[in-house]
Amino acid sequence: MKVFVTAALAIDLDSEKWECTRCKGVLGPARANYKEGLVVRERDPAEVHAPILDPDRYEFTFAPDPEWCRLVEYFCPHCGRQVEVEYLPPGHPPTHDIELDIDALKAQWANREPLSEPVLGPDFVAPQCHHHH
Amino acid sequence: MADDVKGGRSVEQFLKDASLFLAPDPEIMENHGLEPRTELEEACLAKENDPHRLGLVRERLQAGVNESFEMLENMGAAPGAKWGDCVSAMYTASGDLSIASSGGVVIFCNLVQYPIKFCNKYWAKERTVGIREGDAFIVNDSRYGQAHSTDQSLFMPVFHEGKIVAWAGATVHEGENGAIEPGGMPGTAEQIWDEGLRMSPFKVVENYELRRDLVTFLQNSVREPKLQYADMKVKLYVCRRVEQRIKEAIAEYGVEAVVACLRNNLEATDQEVRRRLREWPDGTARHCWFTDNTLRESVQIKINLELTKKDDELTFDFRGSSPEFTNRAINSLDITNKGMLAQLFLTFIWPDLPRNQGVLSPVNFIFDPASVLKPSPLTPSSQTMMTLFTAWSCGQVCAMKLLYSVPEKYTRVVAPWFNMINTFMFGGITQHGEMVGNVCADINGMGGGALADADGQHSLAPIFATMADLAEQEFMEEEMPFVQIVSKKLMRDNQGFGRQRGGMGYQMILAMVDSPMWGFMLTAIGAKFPNVPGLFGGYGCPTYPLARIQGVDVFEKFRTDPGSFRFSIEEMMNERPYPEATYSTHPMSLPFHASKSGELYMISQGSGGGFGDPLERDPADVARDLDEDLISHDVAWRVYRVVYDRETLIVDLAATEKARDEARQERLAGSRPYKDFCASWSKDKPSGKVPYFGCWTDKTRVHAGSPDVTYPASQVNPPVMMAHPMQVRIDALEAELAALRKAGGQS
Ligand SMILES: [Zn+2]
Repeated sequence: MKVFVTAALAIDLDSEKWECTRCKGVLGPARANYKEGLVVRERDPAEVHAPILDPDRYEFTFAPDPEWCRLVEYFCPHCGRQVEVEYLPPGHPPTHDIELDIDALKAQWANREPLSEPVLGPDFVAPQCHHHH
Repeated sequence: MADDVKGGRSVEQFLKDASLFLAPDPEIMENHGLEPRTELEEACLAKENDPHRLGLVRERLQAGVNESFEMLENMGAAPGAKWGDCVSAMYTASGDLSIASSGGVVIFCNLVQYPIKFCNKYWAKERTVGIREGDAFIVNDSRYGQAHSTDQSLFMPVFHEGKIVAWAGATVHEGENGAIEPGGMPGTAEQIWDEGLRMSPFKVVENYELRRDLVTFLQNSVREPKLQYADMKVKLYVCRRVEQRIKEAIAEYGVEAVVACLRNNLEATDQEVRRRLREWPDGTARHCWFTDNTLRESVQIKINLELTKKDDELTFDFRGSSPEFTNRAINSLDITNKGMLAQLFLTFIWPDLPRNQGVLSPVNFIFDPASVLKPSPLTPSSQTMMTLFTAWSCGQVCAMKLLYSVPEKYTRVVAPWFNMINTFMFGGITQHGEMVGNVCADINGMGGGALADADGQHSLAPIFATMADLAEQEFMEEEMPFVQIVSKKLMRDNQGFGRQRGGMGYQMILAMVDSPMWGFMLTAIGAKFPNVPGLFGGYGCPTYPLARIQGVDVFEKFRTDPGSFRFSIEEMMNERPYPEATYSTHPMSLPFHASKSGELYMISQGSGGGFGDPLERDPADVARDLDEDLISHDVAWRVYRVVYDRETLIVDLAATEKARDEARQERLAGSRPYKDFCASWSKDKPSGKVPYFGCWTDKTRVHAGSPDVTYPASQVNPPVMMAHPMQVRIDALEAELAALRKAGGQS
């Protein structure tokens, strides 16, 4: 049974492992931080958010200030998919962003149909109407 | 009352009478949950509990509220009212928000519960005030329950046979309120008394008529006296319409059905939210974000969130967020944070739910006292959005991370919406000789976040009002002495990159014309650190500067050399078509600044976050963005790795796939395992190059500007008090002067 936790990550409830949803590669134990199973790259944010105004002439250019902000990119070590991006001040430790109660998750999904892909949800559900009959 | 009749007064009553000041009451302000059922509600629910019939009554009342909202939007004089930055609602007799209008700003009416409860508690039995049929009360002091003091609410009890059975309320973002800067949202307020009008809840209507003596006082307290009066009248009529529709429903269905309906809305919503939360996984999502400005100086301010879902409850734990800035306007009251998060659920997660405060009943909040998200009573908060919206976005990210796996959804998971008020405020004398102070509708042009299967929508709506309007620029120009020479033009490469990209923000180039005295101001953040991230591998928005061109009258240029103008910020600033002018960039915070005719002020609205890995973006979508001039060739290659013919934009799919595979290999080659990365990356304190506020990793200890000193959260002593930026500048210049004099041998 697979639980699609993010667009890039699933938990296999039987093996209790994090998996990459692109290559199905196993990333690590579901009870641990998934980031421990990924590889990481730090970047100057201007490599992504490049200056739009001439950086030789202007202090503010639409690119983040590298003394204030760094990009920390997380990749699947098997296929190189970008799983998560953090924007952090230099040296700020990464955040353990998703920590699920695996026992509760197993109990919850014991009563659910297995899914082959994530449920995206409807565009919009109109409020229920109570019409008089 | 019984004590009075007996001729003796209780100690409690004595103390109440002896109280010298009725400050905001923590017993009211700390409780965002539902009031207990009253005896009347118990009796009514015992008699009227057929869900079908209560549903009928609810539809009837909802239609009445929606009708009153149409009135408010159409008659309201404030620019905000015209764009939907307003709301009307019905409340229970105890003051709980039961039915909000389908359009409008939920946070506004969520917060009106507090002043109603204040009136119920203090004014009902106060012999110098009292609450009678035909009365209405007004409030704008956010500490008694408003989003910020630029909003004004009017609310009116609805009586049936001598008893209050409900309340009607109307709120408008009025703008002008007599603050230290025009427009009602001063960025330079250093004390709460710089923030303008401080209307605690008081009676301003008797026998359904505005008291002209009080109206005149209020008119004298603001820069737009006509607006003040006009909108008080409008809100009174709106409340009367709500009252009328409640009374008609009582006549048709009976008072029990109406009272039971108002109460049942809350309890049914609470139960439904609990049912839905039980479908979420138990666990914790964490997210922290960093803002970069107090609107007076650049500093790094941490907002720290841990969102825990357990069984049928959610807990937002914001501890570890920055300490309060006691002389800056960017603090956000806890009630405001709660009200905004109600909006998160009612519009971005469960838009099908009835809009009432029952949605927050299963939700708990934890804030550090004296923090930027729960400031002390005398700390200003007129620019609450500077931390409120970041806190809200942290909530949005965490909620989406808990929501994605849930099979039963009511709308799509969405990447962070752009969240900052990249818009101009203005004040001065119009071409019609009127004094005004207000805000441009571009505040509503925030880019939408990307979805799992669709790009975000451009300049769609603000996070606080998903149905708000961008307004007609031409309408604005008829009233105000400025022109947006470039208006609502999407800005190339201003994109939250992702498999699905965020909706983009548009640029604005504007200039004053035809006024004897006019100025602009800007109160936004995000020039150094972006305002929102992406989701699940997508990127966030870029940063946004204010760009200015001074020393030129562009209207004069239009007469003498019209071809020289460029229709984008990028071209104007990089090509510099006017050699005699001065070109500069700044943070997005501009204190009210007297403007010269034809000088250019240029900003861009922001983009929503991207969703998923950009290397998985459909190359056809990249080609379409190129074709629409939304991205440059540089971005198409550097971020999306798409190979195509530059002339025809026809994509070479095989070459693209190869390039993307190589890019993935480059990623892996340039990366390290998480633990190795952390060992070299993670430091035990901030760099010290930037003043840092908030916790680093231990949320019980916070920094207050220094990398080396921490305090227990909520006990920063002395409290954070920033120097006046002009004093900082003077000190620096004097030091420079002294050094030069010394070097020159003078003393
Ligand atoms: Zn993979």
